[in-house]
Amino acid sequence: MKTNRDEGGASQGAATAEKNISLTVNGKRHQLVVGKDINPDHTLAYTLRETLGYTGTKIACDHGSCGACTVLMDGEAVLSCTMLTVECNGRNITTIEGLENRATGELHPLQQAFIDNTAFQCGFCTPGIILSAKALLDKNPSPTEREIKQELAGHYCRCGSQYLVIRAIQSLAEKGR
Amino acid sequence: MGGNYRHIGKATPRKDARAIVTGKAEYIDDFKLAGMLYGRVLRSPYPHARIKNIDTAKAEAYPGVEAVLTYKNVPGWMAGVPYHRPVLDSTVRFVGDAVALLAAETGESADEALELIEVEYEQLPAVYDMEEATRPDAPQLHERIPNNIFPRGFRAIGEKALQELVMGDVEKGFSEADIIEEATCAYENIPNPLPPEPPGVIATWEDPDHLTLYTASQSAPMNRNFAQPALGLVDIRVIGMQCGGSYGTKNANFIPMAHAAALAKAAGKPVKVYFSKEEHFNAYSLRLGSRIHARLGIKKDGTVTAVEGEWYVDTGAVSEMAQVQVAVGLGETQLLIRCPNWNLQPTLVCTNRNPSGVVRGFGGQELNCALLPLLTVVMEKADLNPVEFFKKNYMAPGAGFFWRDGIWRDYRGIDFSEAIDKGAELFGWKDKWKGWNKPTAVNGTKRRGVGVGLHGNADIGEDESEANVKLSSDARAVVYACVSESGMGERSSLCKMAAEVLNLPLDRVNIAPADTLVNPFEFGLVGSRGTYTVGSAVIQAAEDARQQLLEMAAPILGVKPEELDTKDGAIFPKKDPQKKIAWYKAMGIARTITGQGRFETDFSLCNCMIIFAEVEVDTDTGKVDLRRIVASTDCGQIIDPLVLEGQLHGSLGSAGIDTAIFEETVLDKDTGHIVNCNMIDYKWRTFADLPKFESIMLETPVDSHRFKAIGVGEIAPAPGAAAVLMAVNNAIGKRIMTYPATPDKILKALGKI
Repeated sequence: MKTNRDEGGASQGAATAEKNISLTVNGKRHQLVVGKDINPDHTLAYTLRETLGYTGTKIACDHGSCGACTVLMDGEAVLSCTMLTVECNGRNITTIEGLENRATGELHPLQQAFIDNTAFQCGFCTPGIILSAKALLDKNPSPTEREIKQELAGHYCRCGSQYLVIRAIQSLAEKGR
Repeated sequence: MGGNYRHIGKATPRKDARAIVTGKAEYIDDFKLAGMLYGRVLRSPYPHARIKNIDTAKAEAYPGVEAVLTYKNVPGWMAGVPYHRPVLDSTVRFVGDAVALLAAETGESADEALELIEVEYEQLPAVYDMEEATRPDAPQLHERIPNNIFPRGFRAIGEKALQELVMGDVEKGFSEADIIEEATCAYENIPNPLPPEPPGVIATWEDPDHLTLYTASQSAPMNRNFAQPALGLVDIRVIGMQCGGSYGTKNANFIPMAHAAALAKAAGKPVKVYFSKEEHFNAYSLRLGSRIHARLGIKKDGTVTAVEGEWYVDTGAVSEMAQVQVAVGLGETQLLIRCPNWNLQPTLVCTNRNPSGVVRGFGGQELNCALLPLLTVVMEKADLNPVEFFKKNYMAPGAGFFWRDGIWRDYRGIDFSEAIDKGAELFGWKDKWKGWNKPTAVNGTKRRGVGVGLHGNADIGEDESEANVKLSSDARAVVYACVSESGMGERSSLCKMAAEVLNLPLDRVNIAPADTLVNPFEFGLVGSRGTYTVGSAVIQAAEDARQQLLEMAAPILGVKPEELDTKDGAIFPKKDPQKKIAWYKAMGIARTITGQGRFETDFSLCNCMIIFAEVEVDTDTGKVDLRRIVASTDCGQIIDPLVLEGQLHGSLGSAGIDTAIFEETVLDKDTGHIVNCNMIDYKWRTFADLPKFESIMLETPVDSHRFKAIGVGEIAPAPGAAAVLMAVNNAIGKRIMTYPATPDKILKALGKI
């Protein structure tokens, strides 16, 4: 059995020709040199967490089947563990850290709704769920319960917070109507 | 019916809410120590093998590698009773068992170096079935466990630890019975609770007598309490990180902790061992397997007169505390049925599958999930309504039970009949229940059925807790109780209790990190014990601190302390609230006040959870659709309604309700490999498949502590699997006695395949 976690530096084994990757994360532009800052086999989830320090993005299965690593790419919810960073040149990424207004400390209405409804228990799946919910509400401000469930079907929540998550999103969906 | 309080019983934001929704909550994989190395484990591809040769030279020479350990040079720490679980061994006993440990500067170099370790195995025959494992010619797993049967007893819980359930006279009991039936039921699907966050630990040695562990743990202090004896009583400081889900599985698991500690000792640097999801599936501990053959006697009025049988418990390749789980299980089953005559004999058997370990349910869920379907056999013969049966048989004032320590307890808690009745009413049981093996409704190939299960636990008062509450002159308070946060909201609930006693706004009360160096003794958050045990200690500490504060204020205000009250940081005579002074006037600025509290074990109370389930079975495909759940409990006093509701909703997953229909670990018995060891093939309920879920949370005051509350979180899933199995059996009119009721079993029962 192979243990396939891949924390660690990028210095070893990087043979690719030097190439710059430009990644905008939460409005901040990062220039990443392939072979120096990142390796060709680094996933976006890994780069966000280990290279750029956005540890709010969680990795659970690391195989695209649990939704924990969800971030927004140009406004779409994507599984960052199934994308290579070298494929993301020029992309605009939003992680959970990007939802709070850093100047005022004001939270995004979804974040506040999750707090008000205690829509989490262990919280490990929460960043991914909030970002998927944001992508949904940005497109469809008044989703039905069924639409919310379908949109979040790829998110693994084991504590049983799904019902309160739906309640939290619905509290905003009602405002959108 | 709950009390009228300022904070208690109201929904308030979790203390860590903002950190969680902004991504700032710090889980173990978000945290690094300077110079930290990355630990990796080489794992066995065979279910049972002897390591003939192991060559680590190439791995040791690989750039970045700082430590390589095999059974030859690893510390001799041991776990289990009897000791049978070393850090590494020359024999591997399940696919995924640890063969060698390695630490390197980066994860990548550790992974690459791990592949350079050369191992020559001598494969040994393996055994996976409990009854086969106990035959004389069966492969033997451990020298210290002859015939693969664990010896009974676990002295840490008492010399008389409950290791069999023998009382009364079973022959007399059977002679009094109207109906006697014998049957077998198996709850052996070894489901994986599978918290989203894999297990992980960071270990660092300050010096040979001081080890610090950063853990993703449900019960940080338990790591110190349990690991200290194994590690030669070195001083272990444990710091609990935000824990990404546990469901019992991340309390104090010896192996990852020992692997990190051994590597850190060898390398002289901090080492992190963090499982991949693949390892989480293949190499971490799972639920005990449970199989009962029993004969039951019952009277037509629902009185159970005798239970006699054998309880086989599959511990997997190793177990750290199966004997304790058996003791608690035997206790919990007496809460379920008040039968005067028992002879239930457990046999704990090791097999070549994953180790078993602590999982939400802790022996009781395993036992009752197997026993409840047996009870349905006699209930059916007596034509008894199961709701009435539970009301008649569940623990109530005037009755008692032997608990895990083998000592009899007279029950002094509340009667749970109201919770059963209210649940039945909301569910509409009266209308939906058509009798045994009868569907509630039939529509073409779709057949609906209903079922009910019940479970309780007296571990809500288990073991000791201590707490301090510190008041500072700026009218703030800090709770010192060594409590981790793995999702139950307990840290926030304890702040609410202290804020209630001190009559402070909730944002003025905080709780210290779960760090054994700064907090007094704590056992850990297990068995739904937090609300009563840690809660009692915190309440007492807050009351003590408040008393000290009022004693300081009394001479200044010229009245006796008992004539004073405090609110929002002011102290005033009850009769003259206008004559108030601030806390700092009473205590001075350069002072803190610390109150102390302690809780001693109390096994005389229990909780209760009833689950009603409705399923729809497609008799063409065998697919089961769980349509509706009603969960009902009486918790004395709600501390936080949303937190409690969330705990009840958690009954679906985490090796709970869905173990009745699709959650199982599938073992290939030719190779010993788990075939569904990823999150696609291991089935889990998604948002899109949620049943309608309704909760009843009653508040009949319990004689526990000041707020009359008891915990209930752990047992939320426990009665659910049996309820769903009963519902499936009623829907199809056939009896399935092995979990889970998958489509193949259903179609077979219907004679379609």
